[in-house]
Amino acid sequence: MRRRHFLTLSAATLGGVLVYSLDRKASLLASPHKPVRIPLRFFTETEALIVAATASRIFPSDDSGPGAREAGVAIFIDRQLAGPYGRDRFRYTQPPFEDAPRELGYQGSATPRQIYRQGLKGLEGFHLLAPAGQDHALRKIELTLFFSLLRQNTIEGMFCDPMHGGNAGMVGWQLVGFPGPRMSNFDEIEKYYGQAFRPKPMSLRQTTGSKVRPSEEEL
Amino acid sequence: MKTLPGADAVIVGGGWAGLLMAKELGTRTSLNIVVLERGPSREPSDYTTDMDELDYSIRLRMMQDLSQETVTLRHDATRRAVPLRQHGAFLPGAGIGGSGEHWNAQVPRFLPDCFELLSKTTERYGANALPERHALRNWGITYDELEPFYTRVDKLLGTSGQAGNLRGKLIDGGNIFEGWRSEDYPTPPTKVPYFSALFRDAAKSLGYHPYPAPSANISRSYTNPDGISRGGCTYCGFCAKFGCMVGAKAQPTNLLLPVIQKRNNVALRTAAWVRRILFDSSPRPAARGVTYVDATGQEIFQPASLVFLASWTFNNTRLLLLSGIGEPYDPATARGTVGSNLTHQVTVSAATAFFDQPLNRFMGSGSAGIMFSDFDRDDLDRAGLNFIRGGYFGARGYGFQPIGAFGVLPNSIKASWGSEWKKAAVHYYDRTATIGFSGEHLAYKTNFMDLDPVYKDKLGDPLLRLTLDWQENERKMADFATPKAVEVARAMGAREINPFPGLRSYDSTRYNSTHIQGGTIMGDSPAHSVVSPYLQHWQLPNLFILGGSAFPQNASANPTPTVLAFVYRSADAIIDRYLKHPGPLS
Repeated sequence: MRRRHFLTLSAATLGGVLVYSLDRKASLLASPHKPVRIPLRFFTETEALIVAATASRIFPSDDSGPGAREAGVAIFIDRQLAGPYGRDRFRYTQPPFEDAPRELGYQGSATPRQIYRQGLKGLEGFHLLAPAGQDHALRKIELTLFFSLLRQNTIEGMFCDPMHGGNAGMVGWQLVGFPGPRMSNFDEIEKYYGQAFRPKPMSLRQTTGSKVRPSEEEL
Repeated sequence: MKTLPGADAVIVGGGWAGLLMAKELGTRTSLNIVVLERGPSREPSDYTTDMDELDYSIRLRMMQDLSQETVTLRHDATRRAVPLRQHGAFLPGAGIGGSGEHWNAQVPRFLPDCFELLSKTTERYGANALPERHALRNWGITYDELEPFYTRVDKLLGTSGQAGNLRGKLIDGGNIFEGWRSEDYPTPPTKVPYFSALFRDAAKSLGYHPYPAPSANISRSYTNPDGISRGGCTYCGFCAKFGCMVGAKAQPTNLLLPVIQKRNNVALRTAAWVRRILFDSSPRPAARGVTYVDATGQEIFQPASLVFLASWTFNNTRLLLLSGIGEPYDPATARGTVGSNLTHQVTVSAATAFFDQPLNRFMGSGSAGIMFSDFDRDDLDRAGLNFIRGGYFGARGYGFQPIGAFGVLPNSIKASWGSEWKKAAVHYYDRTATIGFSGEHLAYKTNFMDLDPVYKDKLGDPLLRLTLDWQENERKMADFATPKAVEVARAMGAREINPFPGLRSYDSTRYNSTHIQGGTIMGDSPAHSVVSPYLQHWQLPNLFILGGSAFPQNASANPTPTVLAFVYRSADAIIDRYLKHPGPLS
């Protein structure tokens, strides 16, 4: 068994102060100023720091609002890669693997886990660079499959239901005015023509009152 | 192989078509019926907690598991096909209810002339107007014959809408270009999302005839003729790729399953993966039943007096090919019928419009919205158009969720990550909407299905191979539709508009629609078709093939009501005539 890795984050920057322990129990941090150590399921600590740094350049925290850091995107990606998505549980992976026109879709054999592991090798020390150096390094890999996964997974981690480990404190939903799963918009749909209607976001668990098992917990 | 006691009927596939047939035969006869579904069981209660965009809409939890089986694709017969390793252009569902669980419930009917496409088009424009290498066919039935069955479908689903042609009388506010209806819609139109209201007003100002989209997400509570009651839609916006949380969306699990479950003559077996249809060619040609593999891996023979294939376009076609039933289509000679007439749909985001004001797009339903069909008819002046047939425009308030909807930006913004991109994407997130166009896809001799020579499914059976590409008619149709949609978007007050860039090669990575048809087409003669308009196999009269695989070419409209209308018609003919005198129905 590999050595257990943790990602240490400042609870003050993590938008929600909700963290999940290894046995998947959610707990609210007593003090939002203490650093939190979050157990990692797939990345090493260094890999997680690099992924967190890339996500923060793709979706920065800036004057237009919170970004990947506050949403906990790196934690989300770590859990996705550890789950069925990371190992391509639902993709057709029988050989032969042939080159084909772009319109026929991704034809490679590498799983998201393998694409990340390989891609991260090329970003050694990335988290130690200044932002301008980080942007320069990302521009060099902008057209790779690894970068397109990073970008897509970052958006997922910004806006997923918080049960998946991203969108902490629903900062992503608040940023764009998405209320999460609302049971009914019957009275509002024809009432707010042309004006913003922004109910307070609620997570799936808050809305339904029941605990839902996210796909990354499945085998 | 284990052989089970014989059933009166075995139905392969537990989606809309299979379960409607099971309900009709199960309630109107005492036949002993077995439904075999290869996916999991599903119940309406599964959906009370499913409103999670990541798992359902992005990871596609309700769709077929491609690690077990997919299709291969190539653009033309000279190339090697490769497997579609992940979902893209279409999203076939898995499990009880099939794609009828995760659909948007858009339920327009096909236009009357669709059923006589070859003769009507030739009559109007001459044989020279037909595209090169076309494989257009008449269906062997007319709209007038099918209309009573469409009406039964509307009553089953409780369809919400506004009639535009009631027994020949045109009604302002409905679709005046539609075929006649013998009765009005069972429930009134749905509410109208803001973006759709803008679209309606703009379309009207340009002289078009907008109307409320026909919806099986019903507008208010309704009890259907089977006594099944549903409440009205709450516009939560979680329709496409989800099961309905409140059961307002018509689904096989909320309309058909409850009726079937009360009958002790219908048995539903899930995780039953059908591999072959066994049949005798002589002395009396007939299907004998099907073989399947159950969850434990055991191979089982289920004998049956009647065999129904209702396993969606791909698997219906594949099972005939794997079983050696009928003559496979050969593109070199255009002989053979099984696998011919593969069609999809010209479904494009004709104009993506960016507004100054917020649109509140999280509110909506998969079928609440406005359409216009002024170009979905064949009596336009064709001078200079250079393509045949047409399609409808629509602005629906699907209910948008942020992972999928974030980052759609005007073409003027080049950044795709970083601060500048994020700022623009946050600004436009709720200020963006799309005018869609859905057009007919004609059949060609060059678009077809057969068995792949290389790739196999989890049991070692060959995958289905699609040979499919767009032709000039579709490209010109999309090029015609795009500026029309841009004009409407401009009239809606859009600040910026991204026009559809044009159809190039068939792109399996861009979602199109889950409306793929053909492979076991119906027609008026066995020379060109696999089944009769009763969906009865020409050579094996106790084999019926239900679903869009029987459509000789695709229409602009969403196919489910047409699929169900044909199932009703087939069920009536079987119950009223076939069971008394088994043999070919005429």
